[in-house]
Amino acid sequence: MVVSTYSENKTTEETSEKMGANKGSKKSLAYQTKDLNLWYGTDHALKNINLDINEREVTAIIGPSGCGKSTFIKTLNRMVELIPVVKISGDILYRERSILDKSYKVEDLRTNVGMVFQKPNPFPKSIYENIAYGPKIHGIRNKKVLDEIVEKSLRGAAIWDEVKDRLNENAYGLSGGQQQRLCIARCLAIEPDVILMDEPTSALDPISTLKVEQLVQELKKDYSIIIVTHNMQQAARISDKTAFFLNGEVVEYDDTNKIFSTPSDQRTEDYITGRFG
Amino acid sequence: MVVREKFHFDLKELQNKLIELGEFADHALSESITALETKNVELALEIMENDTRADVLYEEINDFAILLIAKQQPVAIDLRRIIVAIKIATDIERIADFAVNVAKSAIRIGSEEHVKPIVRIREMYEATSKMLKLSLESFIEEDVKKAKKVADMDDEVDNLYGQTIQELLRINQEKPEFLAQITQLSFTCRYLERAADHVTNIAEHTFYLVKGRHYDLNE
Repeated sequence: MVVSTYSENKTTEETSEKMGANKGSKKSLAYQTKDLNLWYGTDHALKNINLDINEREVTAIIGPSGCGKSTFIKTLNRMVELIPVVKISGDILYRERSILDKSYKVEDLRTNVGMVFQKPNPFPKSIYENIAYGPKIHGIRNKKVLDEIVEKSLRGAAIWDEVKDRLNENAYGLSGGQQQRLCIARCLAIEPDVILMDEPTSALDPISTLKVEQLVQELKKDYSIIIVTHNMQQAARISDKTAFFLNGEVVEYDDTNKIFSTPSDQRTEDYITGRFG
Repeated sequence: MVVREKFHFDLKELQNKLIELGEFADHALSESITALETKNVELALEIMENDTRADVLYEEINDFAILLIAKQQPVAIDLRRIIVAIKIATDIERIADFAVNVAKSAIRIGSEEHVKPIVRIREMYEATSKMLKLSLESFIEEDVKKAKKVADMDDEVDNLYGQTIQELLRINQEKPEFLAQITQLSFTCRYLERAADHVTNIAEHTFYLVKGRHYDLNE
C-alpha cells in the first residue's frame, strides 16, 4: 500500500503542491527509461526501451496482446518485482532518480505513483472508507481533514455529485463506471504525482468509458498519466503522446496527432489501421 | 459531467476557422471589386499576394478535420459536421480564388475608361456576400430555413448575371473596340455568379448536416 504525504497540519491547498512536480512552470520529465530490458526467465519481454515521459501529459501505451505494454507500466512502480523470475537491465529514472537503485524504497516510489487497474477494485467498505483508508493508515485521524480529503478526491474524480449523499454506503453498490472513478479518487487521496492506468476502461460501458476519458483530460492538468490501453481509439482521443509497442520493442513513440495521422513506421500504420493485431 | 468536452470544444474551433476563412474570402472579393471600380492595380496585386492566407487556412481546416476524425472517431451528426466543414472550406477557398481572378481582370483592364458603370457587378457581390454570411450562419446554427433562403437568393444573383451579360453583349456590338474590357467584365460577372453557386453549395451542405440527406439547391 502506498504511503501518504499528508500531515494533519497542512491545508488542502498546501497538500496539492507535490514535491518535484513544478506545477505551472515548464514541463520536465516524470519518467525516463534508459536501455530498459526485462526478462521473464528466458523470455525477453522488454527490449531496449528508451522513453522520455513528460509530466502533466497523458502518455498512452498501445500494442497487441503480449507486446509488453502491461509489463512496461508495472516496471514503473516496481510491481513487476513481485514476480520472482524477473530480471531487469538498464535504468528507470523517476524525477531523475533511479528507481532500480536498491536504496530507493518502493514505499517512497508508490507515494508518488498511484495505479488504477483494469477491473475496478474498491475495498469492501463504504465509499467514504475507500477514500479515507490510505490517508488513515498513514496516521491521519482528524475527521475534518479526512472529510476534506474525501470530498476533494471524489470531486477530483468527478464522482462527488453522484455519491455525496451516500458516502456511508458500501462501494460495491456503485456501478462499474462509478467504482472505477472511485478507485481513481482513492488514488488521488494520497496525492500522487503520477497515475498509472492499466486498461482502466476495458470493463466499462461506452458512456462510463467516455466519463473516465474526460476525467483523464481533467487530471492531466495536475498529474502525469501513463495509460495502457487495448483501445487505440482511446489512446487517440485522450493522449498527448503515444508509444506503440510490438514484441517488447517500442516501434514508434511520438505525438499522438502524428501517430494517428501520419505514423512514421509502416508497422504502426498497419496496426492502427487494423491490418494486423 | 459533460463527456467529450474537449471534442466539442475542437468542433467549435473548426467552425471558427471556417468563419475566419469565410470572412477572408468575403473581404478579398469585396476588395477585388473595389480594385475594378477604382482601377487600382496596386490593390489588385495585393489581393493576389494575400491569397496564400486563404490557402493556408484551407489547409489548416483540412488537417484539423483529419486529426479530429483520426483521434475522435466522430459518428452521426458530428461526423457529418466534420465532413461538411471540409467541403465548405473547399467552396470558400474557391471563392477566394475568384477574388484573385477578379483582381486579375482589374489589372488587365488597367486604367482604361469603363464602358459602363460597375454598379451591377457591385450588386452581385453584395448579394453574394449576404448569401455567404447567411450560409455560414445556417451551418453553425444548423438552420435549414436560412440555408433555403440562401438558395432563393442565388436566383437574384443569377438574374443580375443574365441582365449584365445581355447588357455587355449589347455594348460589345456598339463599341467593338472595347472587346478586351467587355470580355474581362463578363468574366468578372461569371466569377461572381460561380461564387454564389459555391455559396449555395454551402447551404446544401447545411441540409446534409441537419437532415443527413443530399439536396440539390443549385437547380
